[in-house]
Amino acid sequence: MASTIDANLAPNRPINVQGARRARVTGMVLIGLAIFVAGLFGLDAAGDATFRLSRPNDPFALPNLVVPAAPFNYIIAAVLAFLGARLFLRGGGKWATLSLGIGLALLVIAFLVWATAGKSFSLTGMLQATMVRAVPLVLGAITGMMCERVGVVNIAIEGMLLAGAFTGALMGSLLGGVGGLMAAIGIGGLFGLILAALVVTYRMDQIIAGVVINLFVLGLTSYVSSQVLAEHRYLNNAPVFRAYKIPLLGDIPVIGPMFFNQNIFVYGALVMVAVATYYLFYTRMGLRARSVGEYPRAADTLGINVYRTRYINVTVAGMIAGFGGAWFTLGSVGRFDENMTGGRGFIALAAMLFGRYHPVGALMAALVFGFADSMQQKLALLQTPIPSEFLAMAPYIATIIVVAGVVGRTRTPAAGGKPYIKE
Amino acid sequence: MTDQTAPDALTQKLLQRAAPGRAEFEDLVIVPIFAVIAALILGALVMLATAVDLPTIGQSYVALIRGSVGSLNAVSETLTAAAPLVLAGLGLALGFRAGLFNIGAEGQIVIGGLVAVIVGFSVTGLPFALHLPLALLAGAAAGAFYASIAGWLRATTGAHEVITTIMLNLISYRILDYVLRQPFIQREGRADPISQSVLETAQLPQLLTWIDPNLRVHAGVFLVLGAVALAHWLLFRSKIGFEFRASGKNPDAARYAGIRASLIIIAAMASAGAMAGLAGANQVLGVLDRATPGFSAGIGFDAISVALLGRSHPVGVLFAGLLFGALEAGGRQMQVDAGVSIDLIGIIQALIIVFIAAPLLVRAIFPWGFRKSRQERGA
Repeated sequence: MASTIDANLAPNRPINVQGARRARVTGMVLIGLAIFVAGLFGLDAAGDATFRLSRPNDPFALPNLVVPAAPFNYIIAAVLAFLGARLFLRGGGKWATLSLGIGLALLVIAFLVWATAGKSFSLTGMLQATMVRAVPLVLGAITGMMCERVGVVNIAIEGMLLAGAFTGALMGSLLGGVGGLMAAIGIGGLFGLILAALVVTYRMDQIIAGVVINLFVLGLTSYVSSQVLAEHRYLNNAPVFRAYKIPLLGDIPVIGPMFFNQNIFVYGALVMVAVATYYLFYTRMGLRARSVGEYPRAADTLGINVYRTRYINVTVAGMIAGFGGAWFTLGSVGRFDENMTGGRGFIALAAMLFGRYHPVGALMAALVFGFADSMQQKLALLQTPIPSEFLAMAPYIATIIVVAGVVGRTRTPAAGGKPYIKE
Repeated sequence: MTDQTAPDALTQKLLQRAAPGRAEFEDLVIVPIFAVIAALILGALVMLATAVDLPTIGQSYVALIRGSVGSLNAVSETLTAAAPLVLAGLGLALGFRAGLFNIGAEGQIVIGGLVAVIVGFSVTGLPFALHLPLALLAGAAAGAFYASIAGWLRATTGAHEVITTIMLNLISYRILDYVLRQPFIQREGRADPISQSVLETAQLPQLLTWIDPNLRVHAGVFLVLGAVALAHWLLFRSKIGFEFRASGKNPDAARYAGIRASLIIIAAMASAGAMAGLAGANQVLGVLDRATPGFSAGIGFDAISVALLGRSHPVGVLFAGLLFGALEAGGRQMQVDAGVSIDLIGIIQALIIVFIAAPLLVRAIFPWGFRKSRQERGA
């Protein structure tokens, strides 16, 4: 039943037929977007859009970016139409993804300009929020990647994040921030270990195992929070890690607030990207891990312990997710709410795919999703005619578009989803 | 790797078919029974760990039984809770059989239920015999449409349905919030998002109100039985059901045999969505009479467990749905009688699935009752 799911993750139909069709479809989508941008964001926009790049008391203040809304959006529509027509007429699958990416970026810019027309909007504030909201996504994506690189599909990121968030709040209230963080990392590792045990030793279907861990964590955290935390409120009141501004770097306009004036979760996530890249691609352990994910039997023949490699990597990945989960409580509000991760574990999975199983790619993808997430928050302040519910859909729709646009073109580790049975 | 194990598995399957009995009995009866027992024991341990004392634990399990099968009212509650679980579970089972891991039942329930409510109050002047079927069909069609978005994406772009359906779930909540605030939907005189009530002519009639007006069991149970029969026919007697199963078992072989994979994916998702939409319609037309934010109450996620527990077989789903409905109804009683949060049921349900999906684990914990010979590949 479910074991065949991953077999057609990457359908191996003839490449060029699919590529040509993809190019045509993408071209049509882009032309549609051009009409949409011209008709809606161009006609309807009046006045100038003002983007604030600095706060008044910053040491190096940049002037505001002022864009005449309507003409700017007509230009964007023209560029979109050009990209679309070129793709539709000339094909070329190689360009399809890139053009689609550029097209979507232009769409977002046009949208922002339209929404800000006649008003002013703090771009820096939004970019800072983008980075903050990308944290659980990039950590979750690295988790998924570490698992998938050793051939374990991890749908349980959501559950691991939730477990980390819960433990962070509970233990943080008891032991203080650092203690809570350590406990969250530990509990993430525990669920990684459980996942590894279920899929490696007990050969459970990997997707079912992940779904079950999600359900279990959701049940457990909801149960404890309504059974215990609702009564003893002091157990759900953890200290929050404050932002720490790195001297000098934090004063750079735009980039400074985004990367260098944040709390330890942001710095931790950026460090994890570097560490994961180094580990996976520049160490012997990483090479072994990847070989286990590609061809476990060959790795086994060469003396690599497949089971142990999977156990270690999945457990460490769980610890990363636990750290990411602690962000929800120790990194923002200090309090646990039922199901507070709200599907971010799955968005992280999409970020992993979008980032092509590479930590740096995952960071970029997470920033895209973080942007969508922070945009819906900040745009609520601008009072656009769009109902807030539709703005709140933005990150989810972005995820669908990304997964639909990119996934067919990613190469997944060959042994993903299959249990390995040693002979 | 696969070329090594595939013939093995095949011979085993063939042997199993030739000599059903012991092995199937173990799979279908002993494993689930042990799974339920192990989950209940672990649930008790969880309660112990959260400072619930032993008498209360005993009391809560007594309440669990009393609230699920202990009285006519309890049975009525069990059936009421089981109906949407079975319907949505059937839909998911259809998807699983076609190799699609559709987690989107929740969103399909939301959309199906929402549309059923709208048809239920906005279409006036129809007799009961037309209005109710119309509302049910509208719910099913809406669910089918919503699910086939994910199917279409999978078929045309290869986007994995696990991610797209989860995103569609999240989107459906927002759609629900938005629609419920619209003036022609929202109940007059209310500021909170709540829809108008379904007209009498579109309600699934309650069956046992002549005994006690509090008995909530409604005509949805017949809907469920019909759906089980339909799903069984669809899967095992119809051509498209065969194509579902063939694509699920071996997509490549199915494609070479001339089965159009993308069509099957969309059809499977649509039929899964129709069932889930029906589950949503069943809830709003039979139990709630209106739509509110969160009326789906996580049924779509429980239905995943139901479909897994029922081994994606319509009859199995029926029994699994009854078990989960009983846990749900009993859990409410447990909360009232023993003061233990109903969320415990979620833990027990998840644990049952762990043990069901990992028979090796059950065998490791309970070595009795299993033949030794099927274990040798585990070592």
